[in-house]
Order: sequence, then structure tokens, then C-alpha cells
Amino acid sequence: MKRTRGKKGRVQGRTTPHKSLAEVRHLLGDAPRTRDMLIENLHKIQDHYHHISNRHILALAIDMSLPMAEIYETATFYHHFDVLNENEPPPPTKTIRVCESLTCEMFGAKELIKQLEAKYKDDVRIQAVPCVGRCDTAPVAVVGTNPIEHANQEIIDNAVNKKEFNAAIPEYIDYTSYRNTGGYQTLLDCVNGKHDRDKIIKTLEDSKLRGLGGAGFPMGQKWRILSQQSKPRLIAINIDEGEPGTFKDRYYLERDPHRFIEGTLIAHWAIEAEDIYIYLRDEYAGCRKALEKELSALKQDPPCPLPNIHLRRGAGAYICGEESAMIESIEGKRGLPRLRPPYVAQVGLFGRPTLEQNMESMHWVRDIIEKGAEWFSSEGRHERSGLRSFSVSGRINKPGVYLAPAGITMRELIDEYCGGMLDGHEFYGYFPGGASGGILPASLGDVPLDFDTLQEYGCFIGSAAIIILSDKDSAKNMALNAMRFFEDESCGQCTPCRAGTEKAVKLMEEKYWDQALLEELARAMEDASICGLGQAAPNPLRCAIKYFPGEFE
Amino acid sequence: MAANPEIMNEKAVTFNLNGKDIEAYGDETILQAAKRNDIEIPYLCYKEGYRPDGNCRVCMVEIEGERVLAPSCCRVPTEDMKVNSENERAIHSQKMVLELLLSDMPQQGKSPYTLNSELDYWANKFEIYDPRFHQREQPKADLSHPAISVNLDACIQCTRCIRACREEQVNDVIGMAFRGSHAKIVFDMDEDMGESTCVACGECVQACPTGALMPARNVGLIEPDKQVESVCPYCGVGCQLTYNVKNNHILSVDGRDGPANKSRLCVKGRYGFDYVHHVDRLTKPFIRREDAEKTPALIDPLEIHKFFREVTWEEALDFAAKGLKEIRDNKGPQALAGFGCAKGSNEEAYLVQKLVRTGFGTNNVDHCTRLCHASSVVALLETIGSAAVSNQVADGVGAEVMIVIGARPNDNHPVAATFMKNATDRGSKLVLIEPYGSEMYLHAEHLLQLKPGTDVLLLNAMMHTIIEEGLQNDAFIKDHTDGFEALKKVVKDYSPEKVAPICCIPPETIKTVARLYAKAETAIIFWGMGISQHIHGTDNARCLISLALMTGQIGRPSTGLHPLRGQNNVQGTSDVGVIPMVYPDYQPVSDPNVRAKFEKLWGKELDPNIGKTVVEIMHAIHDGDLNGLYIMGENPAMSDPNLNHAREALSMLDHLVVQDIFFTETCSYADVILPASAFPEKTGTFTNTDRRVQMGRQAIDPPGDARQDLWIIQELANRIGLDWHYEGPQDVFEEIRKAVPSMAGMTWERLEQEDSLTYPLENEGDAGEPVIFKDGIFPTDDGRGRFVPAEHIEPAELPDKDYPFIFTTGRQLEHWHTGTMTRHSRVLDAIEPGPCIMINPEDLKDFNMKTGDILVIESRRGRIAATTRADEHMQKGVVMMPFTFSEAAANLISNDALDPFAKIPEFKFCAVKLTSGGRSQDTISRKKQTA
Repeated sequence: MKRTRGKKGRVQGRTTPHKSLAEVRHLLGDAPRTRDMLIENLHKIQDHYHHISNRHILALAIDMSLPMAEIYETATFYHHFDVLNENEPPPPTKTIRVCESLTCEMFGAKELIKQLEAKYKDDVRIQAVPCVGRCDTAPVAVVGTNPIEHANQEIIDNAVNKKEFNAAIPEYIDYTSYRNTGGYQTLLDCVNGKHDRDKIIKTLEDSKLRGLGGAGFPMGQKWRILSQQSKPRLIAINIDEGEPGTFKDRYYLERDPHRFIEGTLIAHWAIEAEDIYIYLRDEYAGCRKALEKELSALKQDPPCPLPNIHLRRGAGAYICGEESAMIESIEGKRGLPRLRPPYVAQVGLFGRPTLEQNMESMHWVRDIIEKGAEWFSSEGRHERSGLRSFSVSGRINKPGVYLAPAGITMRELIDEYCGGMLDGHEFYGYFPGGASGGILPASLGDVPLDFDTLQEYGCFIGSAAIIILSDKDSAKNMALNAMRFFEDESCGQCTPCRAGTEKAVKLMEEKYWDQALLEELARAMEDASICGLGQAAPNPLRCAIKYFPGEFE
Repeated sequence: MAANPEIMNEKAVTFNLNGKDIEAYGDETILQAAKRNDIEIPYLCYKEGYRPDGNCRVCMVEIEGERVLAPSCCRVPTEDMKVNSENERAIHSQKMVLELLLSDMPQQGKSPYTLNSELDYWANKFEIYDPRFHQREQPKADLSHPAISVNLDACIQCTRCIRACREEQVNDVIGMAFRGSHAKIVFDMDEDMGESTCVACGECVQACPTGALMPARNVGLIEPDKQVESVCPYCGVGCQLTYNVKNNHILSVDGRDGPANKSRLCVKGRYGFDYVHHVDRLTKPFIRREDAEKTPALIDPLEIHKFFREVTWEEALDFAAKGLKEIRDNKGPQALAGFGCAKGSNEEAYLVQKLVRTGFGTNNVDHCTRLCHASSVVALLETIGSAAVSNQVADGVGAEVMIVIGARPNDNHPVAATFMKNATDRGSKLVLIEPYGSEMYLHAEHLLQLKPGTDVLLLNAMMHTIIEEGLQNDAFIKDHTDGFEALKKVVKDYSPEKVAPICCIPPETIKTVARLYAKAETAIIFWGMGISQHIHGTDNARCLISLALMTGQIGRPSTGLHPLRGQNNVQGTSDVGVIPMVYPDYQPVSDPNVRAKFEKLWGKELDPNIGKTVVEIMHAIHDGDLNGLYIMGENPAMSDPNLNHAREALSMLDHLVVQDIFFTETCSYADVILPASAFPEKTGTFTNTDRRVQMGRQAIDPPGDARQDLWIIQELANRIGLDWHYEGPQDVFEEIRKAVPSMAGMTWERLEQEDSLTYPLENEGDAGEPVIFKDGIFPTDDGRGRFVPAEHIEPAELPDKDYPFIFTTGRQLEHWHTGTMTRHSRVLDAIEPGPCIMINPEDLKDFNMKTGDILVIESRRGRIAATTRADEHMQKGVVMMPFTFSEAAANLISNDALDPFAKIPEFKFCAVKLTSGGRSQDTISRKKQTA
């Protein structure tokens, strides 16, 4: 601390804020003070005080030997940290977060927020937040960390009155049951030499399983690349499921958490890695409790010697789902995507070659090894191969996660899995891949849904988050909702995304869109943004203009 | 951009840019290769020398086969890559990004804060005048800092300022808080810049491409009529800079890409230039009124006319010379002395010593080196035969292990400190050994906060460990040194366990650091006044030298000894002989052969006896043995220890000639005052801590009737019987080449061309030697280094019942020495406007006080009062003060006990008592005037 400097230094001198430092040290206990623990440590302060004040940042700076500016910028980057400047009053200790993303807006989130804001003034804070990953039960509110599905004022009041502020732990297959039903046997077989590393990777390659976070990089190929990189290698598991409309990772996590852990440990064996980092979005508080419990159970009675498994907690930033931003976040920094090259597989976490995989990708590893590559690759429709977990929400009778053949069409999915359209709603269009995947009209409801099949339409399937619009919805409004989301979630690093999303929102809020200018802007955003967020942000707006011209007449 | 010759040798790849095959060398990016080939690609967030960040996305290019465009500032081309920076697709993105940025500028147009906005340049180039987007919500201006205005409405979030603050200067103040379109440059925790811990190095201002960060008061909107390349007048780092001048007025200062600073500057260098324009500058010669009695009391500069009368130069010079001549002729040469100035040029310093030696006829010539590194010089000369640094800072920071002892470079050599911090970021290990835990500790591997005055104990214990564990370099000791056995015998008694409780450093730490240093592939020791300003200063330095010799950590790249020189030209002033024992180039006056040589060169018979040193001169005055003194630029009435004694001495002189730019405290005792020129008002060479001789060029004319120092010295010389005809500094430099063999190969022309040359440079055309003592060959009679063991002795005045605290002088980043320059700088004086006592918060609490309350400090020699500043990095029982402030002059307190070998006073240790209450007891309170 250079507190002897400047006016403040002259007035205050260079002294430690002993009280704040003691508070921080008490909270942190003997937790490591390494740079990468910054966000974890900030969580401890936020959880305890319900905000992070400047005096605690100063104390943390002293305790962790970090510059104040680095802590301040990191804390203010993440929306789950309430950073208070001097003399700023603390926010209410209780927060009700209401999702305002696509599906929830369709199901009345805006009205709900208005109602809640009218009712709760000083004691409870109402926050409109981006997708909380429960679109099948829209609208969704989160009271404290307690998710309220199909939320309305009454249910929320009830929860508040009963002080139900904490997420419940879901019912799931725990460690004992998982092991009792053959769990971790495949891992044991690997570790005990019954499998050959190369053959396992070959099996994965043959299965044609592609990364299910959205980018769709062939998984076996990724493992192979990693196994050729210099050691030590690390593994990072991405459970920062934040793409509006996506909730499949949570779905599997809430039911069978050990399956992905086993997959991850098999990868750890296959590519001869060191530590494993699991990055879980902060919104999934129930899952976090479950995971903490299960990882602890696993460590207590390990099937085989285990590597260090670090469970890291996001802090409210969609961008951290981007693989390199997630790595930055694990390192305790702002979630700024890195420029590629170098790729994460070469220079990843802590500068080491890193195998980063979406959680669901790891979920299927065990099945593929046990049942063979064929089991997975033989699935598929319309000349596509494999299985996809579709998160489906919107104007359908049975929203939810459906494991369906890759290449299935929208209409097939609605009819065969989703119980058809809601009464009084006519199929109008759909987001095939969350907010960033664009919007397709009903007339393109027969296109096979898979990686690579939607490019020609200016869309992509991404995490297979499907939001179905009906004639009661407006693609134009949904595109604006999506752009606002991107504006809020842009990390702010590069101009086309930081300024582009902000300017686009302003243009799209106009009654008449300047379509030519928006297209010029969209083109630069797509071409010149650093990461997928900025590159894909214009997809919905372009689709709205292209496929729903009627709305612009 | 000229290609870096180093990378031109590296492997080249050929790639195609806009249809033309061009080459890229080493790690060159597409943008760099394009620039070298005069192909223009727009960019904003890229800055030469900085890590490319690729965030602005202006420099986007299309690379064949890639889905999206790539930032040319970050991408290294591969063989046969096909790149296009000017097709429709690339231009579309480049222009759109510029339009987006321009739409968020104030008035969506030209930057209102600078004439050199890079964004404006590119917007013009692409003819983007009328952005079609609405403007963002604009942040408010932050004008809280005296030096820098912050107008974030012109910020493009390019992070150049962050990289400047964190990666270049490593001050870690600037951050990018919040996110998305709310992303915002913040200082610390989003404080006003003036409230933050910003050290005002100005690197961010220099880096900002749009004027969002600019020098305060809209200086950036004035077009300079000339730019003068020069060097910084403050510390020994020797940063090169550019003066931006209009109408004989310095507007601002930019860092220049010099070998010692790589375009970096600190707050003093960048913002401390305006002293030259201060209304208090002396612009007329003065002679003391006959009725103005001399007393030890200071004279308030505002009352100058009460004590002095304005005279013509003719009268002043005649009077000055007459007085000196009379004393010389009546009382003999030994009744005269002269003080040179480590702030002046080599040429001025050379003439001062020549004047004293040939005109006064005595070797009584000295300067402030006596007060700073005299002990280091004595130790270095006696052990390894040369007092110069063995390695330059730029080379030293490449070391695996850097020991910084008795120095706080981040305050006193700020730009050198930035390179040390860069080095630690690259993996070098920094060991800090100093009683005060300076901010450098954040970058240090080990901080040894030893008790003041216990250096010999600690260093001997390190050597003890090295010998005990057999880590010494036996081959080096055998082949290149003498006296190891004697050293071994002495340090045997200094086990870490034994010294630990006295030094207050755990024995294991001492051992660890000893091992670290001894085992390092490359290791360097930097030291400062904390080593030298003790009565055991020479012993301290001897220990450091022994440490290097016994481990062979000397004479290789990044490996050696570097006493960090304080003043910008203390090295040069010493080199040219402003030292009572030696002629130029450290040739002893006592050596008849040497004397004969200089008698021949100067055409005068010379005094065969060594002269008196600074403090000895004061004593001689007191004793009535010395009656006349010529002081060029020094301020002993502030800088000498035990000021009451020194000021009394000055007041006892029969004739005192003071040549300075302000009415300094020393002027209070003058008989004649000669108004001189400030640094930017003259041309000359200056030698930095690295042995780099650098060219300082005149940027403005002196004010009023102030004259060039070189002219003044020559006029005096010719009035006391010499016959000098130097046309200018170039003539003097030619003579210096004859007097200083190690600079014989330097030519004025080459210096003008290259700005910086390193000596030894004996023959014209030589490159100069950045590393000396190569292969362990020392410039001693037999080429061998000598171990001179040292036993621990206590400081001269230990705390006791009556005076229980330890008092030490130290410095502040913003102020320079006696404050003559910096206290007349509006910006610097605004940041640190008054004296303060650094004290441990618990000690302060014992007085029931808080920061800002006034304490009285009293030693056996004097008493002052000043405001306190709690600083937990002070040890309990120790207080520290800068000696800058006339209203509470720290040297009234300090002890004038001398090191027996170097005659350096013990500024770093004396006993004081503290009492609460009281007001400043000093005689004058400086009245503020604006320049």
C-alpha cells in the first residue's frame, strides 16, 4: 500500500486498517492467499457482509499482497459482488433476482419485476438478472439463492415470509449409489491398466462426440492434442452454463453428478494431467452444495488416487462461459477472453496446456467407453450422427431437457418430445442455440438441428438451447432482448462488442430500425470482435431483419 | 519504425501483405512488419515498446483461410501467410471501429484535450467526421491532481494507461473497473486521481492516445515552437527527455527513448521543470550591504533587499574576485576553498576544480559527493581500484538475484526502480535490505528490515554463512584477490545466530539470502546512502565488495556492484576531479608524477597536499583557518549535518561567493551572489550512475540578467589572475578528454549525435564498456582485488534515556535534496507541500497523536517541529525526515560525526527526543508565491 502518497496519504498516513484486516483474516481463515483465490475470497466477504466495501478491499489487498486496483476491478466486473465505495449505504441483505432473459420475458418477467419493485422497497432488493438456467419453468425468480420456478408474486411472498432464502439440495444419485451401480469401475479399469490411453482416445474419436458447450470441437481430437502437449497439463471443466435458454448441464448435475466427474477423471488419466478445476456458475447454488458434498465423499473414499480437484465459483458473468474467459476467472481475474492463438490447449490455465471441456461432454465419456463408440455415433437423424441434449423452452406443452438424435428437426422435436405447441399458440419461429444462435422462422422448422447444419441460415446450434416462439411473440422484441443481454454481459474489452452492443441496443430501441446501419455494425462486430460473444451478438438482429420482415413493415 | 537491429538477425518469415511479399523478423507482428515496410495500418491500443493487447480492433486485417479478421498488432505472421489490410472487408471493420470510438468522444469529434490525438489522426485519414451513432453517457472530469487532468469522456478503453501503470512503471494504481460499456479507468478503488496512491510518473499521460489523460491546465492544446532533446536534471538515473518549449517557456516534458529510461520518467523529471520559471529566480547579481551583519540566522528570500543591494555583473564579479584574491594573497591559498556542484555539467565542474587548483592554489575543492557516496568511493578505490559502477542498471536488472541495500530506489531512483520491478515480474529475485520497508517490498523475495546501523553485522554474517557452507568461489579468490584469510578470520566471529538479535533478522533469513546470492548464476548489489552515510560507511561498502569478491559475483554481465549515484552528475563531477584528494579521473594529488602531468596540462604549479573535505572546511572556518569560500550551486546551509554549526561557520567567513539560481539558505551568508543558469538554460555533458556521459542541451534562455555558469566561472578565473578563453562547453570538453583518460575517446560531435556514450572509452570510435572488471581483472596495481575486513562499530550517537529515538534522514519521491528546485516547482510542492516526520503508528499513539499532529524533534544539536505522518513501515523507535524543508531542516538535528576514512557524516543515525506540542521553531516560513 502506497498510502503515504497523495492527499489521502498526507491525511491518513500509511497504516493498516487493523479492524478490517482482522475481519478479512478471520473470514479467510487459512485459505490460500494465492492470486487465483481472489474471487473465492471476495465471495467469502460478499457472503458474510452482503457487500464488499472499500475498507475490506484495502484489507484484502494487504492480506493478499495485491494492488487495490486489481481487486477493485475484479470485484466490480462480477455482478454478484456488491462493491461499495466509501460512504455508500449498503444494499439490503436480501435480494430477489428475477430472470429477464428470453423465455422468462415471454412468460411475463417484466410484469413480475414491476410488481415486486412496488411491493419490496428498502428491505429487499429486486434485481433483473440474465438467464438463471431454469427456462423450462419460466418465469423464474431467485430469492436469496433459492430458485422459485413458475414464479409469481404470491409464491415469492411466501418464500420471503418463510425465510426460504437458500437453495435446496436436489435429489440425485450420490456417491454410494453411484458406486453401487458400477460407477467409477471404468475409471478403475483405466487406472489399473485394463484400458489403453490411446485406445480410449480412439474410442472417443470414433464416437464423433463433439464438445457440447457450444463450439462443437471433436472431443477425441482435443484429448489427443492435449496428450501431445508439454507437461504439466491441466483440466478445466466448464459449468458456467449461462447461454439464455440452456439448462442441460444443471439437469444432469442435479441428477447424476458423479458421471461427469468420472468422465473427467478418465480424461485426467488419458491425457496424464495434473490438477482439475471445475468452474460452476454462481447461480447454481444447489448444485454447488451437492458438488461440494459429493467431491468430499469422493475424496474420503476414493476409488483410486485422486488428483487435486478444485471447485471454483463463478460470480455472475456470462462471458466466463467463454473458455479463455473462464480460465482468466479461475486465475482470479476479470473474465476477459484471451486472443487466440495461442489456444487454450497450448497455453491455458496458469499458462499450461489445458483440456477444457463442457460438463455434459464429460457426462457421456463413461457411457461411450462402456457401450462403445458405436452406441453414440449410430444415433442421429437426417444423416446426422450422435445424440444431443436439447434444452427446450417457450410456447410448448412440455418444456425440458430431451436427449434426442442429432439432426432432428424443430417440428419433430416439438411433436415427438415437447407435447406440441401450447394451446392457442402457433409455431412462429425459434432460437436454435440460445440468445447467440440466431432466430429461425417456422418456415425453416424442418432443417436438421446439429452442428454445421445452420450456418447457411446465419445461425448455429451452440449448446442446443431451443426457445420456441409463437404468433404471440415478436422476433424483433426478442432480438432486442438478446442484444440487451449481450450489452450487459459484454466484458468491455474490445470496441466492436463493448461499443457495438451498446450502440445496437440504442438503434434497436428506436421504433424504426436503421437496418442498413445495423447491418454495417453487425458485420464489423462479427468480423472484429475478440470472442464469440461479440461475433455472435448480431445474429438475432440479423435474423429478425432477414426472416421476419413482416415485423418491420 | 526502424527495425530493431537485434531482431534483424533473427529468422525471417516471408508473408504476403496486400499482394506484396514482405519479411518479418523474430517475433515481429504483422503490424510491425508493415510499419517497417511503410505500409500504414491504423491502430490505437498498440504502443511501441508496450505489450500488444489487441483490444481496440482498429488494426484488423484479413488472413486468408481464417473465419474472422485478426488484429495485426498481435499476430505474428507465418511463412506464406496471405494478409490483407486494405481490402473492403478489412477497411470496413477498421472504419466502423473508428466510427464507434469517435461517436463516444466529446462532441463526437476532435479531442478537446490534445493536439496529438491518435484517434483524430486516423478518423481524418479515413474521413470519418460525422459518426452515425449516439454518444454514450459521459463521465465527469477529474481535475483533482495538480499534474494530470483526467477526462474520461475522451477515453477509448485501450488500456495503454493500464499497461503504462502496471507493466512499464509497475505502480499498480490504474485499473479497468466494471464491465461492458460501463468499463471505466479507475485509480485504486475508483478514487479521484489526486486522492489515490498515484505517484504521478506520467507514463499513462505519455501513453494515452486521445488526451483523456493529459498534463493539467490544458498544456496539451498549445503547440510548442521547439522541442529540445536533453536529459533530466534530477537523479543519477539519467533519463533522456524532450523539452517542449514555446516563447522561451517550457510547456511540458516528454520521456525520450534513452538507454537508461526507455522513454520513462518520474514525477520530478516530468512535472518538476517549472522551477526555472519561478518568480523567485535570481535575475540580478547582489552584494551584501555593508551594514548587513552576518549572523547564523537565515534570511527570508523576501527580505533580500534589506540585506543585499542589486549590482551590475561587472561590480559583482570584481567584488567577488577581489575578496578571494585578497585572502589568497594575504592569508595564503589554504585559507580559500571552493565547492563544486553535482547538478552542474562536467564542463562546469571541471572548470571549478581547475579554478580552485590553479587560481586559488589549493586542493580545497569538494562537493556533495562527500555527503553521499564518499565512503563507497574510498572503499571501491582501495579494494578494486575504481569507484565507478561495474554494471549499468539496464544490465544489472537482468540478474537472477538483485540485492538492494540501504537504498529506496522507488523514491530516489524511480525510473531505475521500475526496471527492477520489471525484472522481478520476469522472475528475478529481489532482496531488499533496509530499515524502512519501502514499497519495493511488494516485489521483493526477501525484505530484511534490519535495525539501523547494523549493516556490518548482517553482511559479515552473510559472509560467515558463505564460508561456513563452502559457497565461496575459491578459484576466483585464488586467481583474482588478496587478503581472504584475514577476512575469514574476522567474519568467523559473526555467526548469523549471534548477530540476529542485534540486527533483528532471523538467522535463517540471513543464511537463505547468503545462499541465494552466493549460488546465483548472476547477482548484483545496488546500494545507496543507507550504506554510505554512516561513520562505518566505508566499512559497509567494504563488506559489500568482499561479498562480491568472495563469491566471484563481479565482472560479468548482470553481475557486479552498483552504488546508485544520487545527483544527476555526481559521477561526472567526481570524475573531473571536484575532490580534494584527486585530480580528474581519480589521479592522486599526492603522486608527484600525476601532479607533474597536470602542472603541464594547466601550466601552473600545483599544491602538493590533499585538500579539505566539505565538513573539514566547515571546521576550518570555525577554527579561523579558512576565510574565503566560493560555492557554485551547493547549499551547505541545508545539506550539511549539524546545521547550526555549519551555518555558524558560513556566517564567520570573511568572503563568501555564492553562485546559484535561487536565493538559497546558503545565500544568507553570502557577500556576493551571482545569479546563475538553471539546467535547461545551458548545454553540457552529464554523467549518470551508469557511467553514461549524456548531452544536455539548452532549451531556454536564462531569465533577466542571470548568466551561464561557465561564463561566470571563467570571468572569476580571469579576475584572479588566470587567462582562460573557453568559447563554450565544447572547448572545455576537449580539455577534459586530455585530463580524463577514460573519456579520451569521446568526441563532442559523437555525443551530439548519439546523446549518450559509456566510458571507459579511451580511443575514438570505441563502443565503450558497459561492464568493467571483466574476467576479474581490476584496475589496481597488480590487477587483483583486495579484501578489507571490517569489524562492527556502533553509530556515533546511540539512543539513551534522554534521547531515546533514532533519527535518520531520508528522501521523498517528489522532492530533491535541499528543495532549491523542487520546492519551487508548483506541481511537486503541491503534492508534498511541507515537512513531515515519518513515524511508526504505535509510537505516534504513545504521544496520543494522529497523522498531521505536530511533534518536536530535538537532538543535542538542534530542535525542529513538523507534522507527523504515521507509517507502519517505520520501525518502532525510529523517525525519519527528508532534509528538504527549510522550515524544519532535518540537518539541524543530524550528527556531523565523520567516517574516519571518507569523512562522510553520519546522516543516517543520531539520537533524538520527541515531545508533543510546539510549532515550527525554524527561523523562516517559506512564503508561497506562484510562478
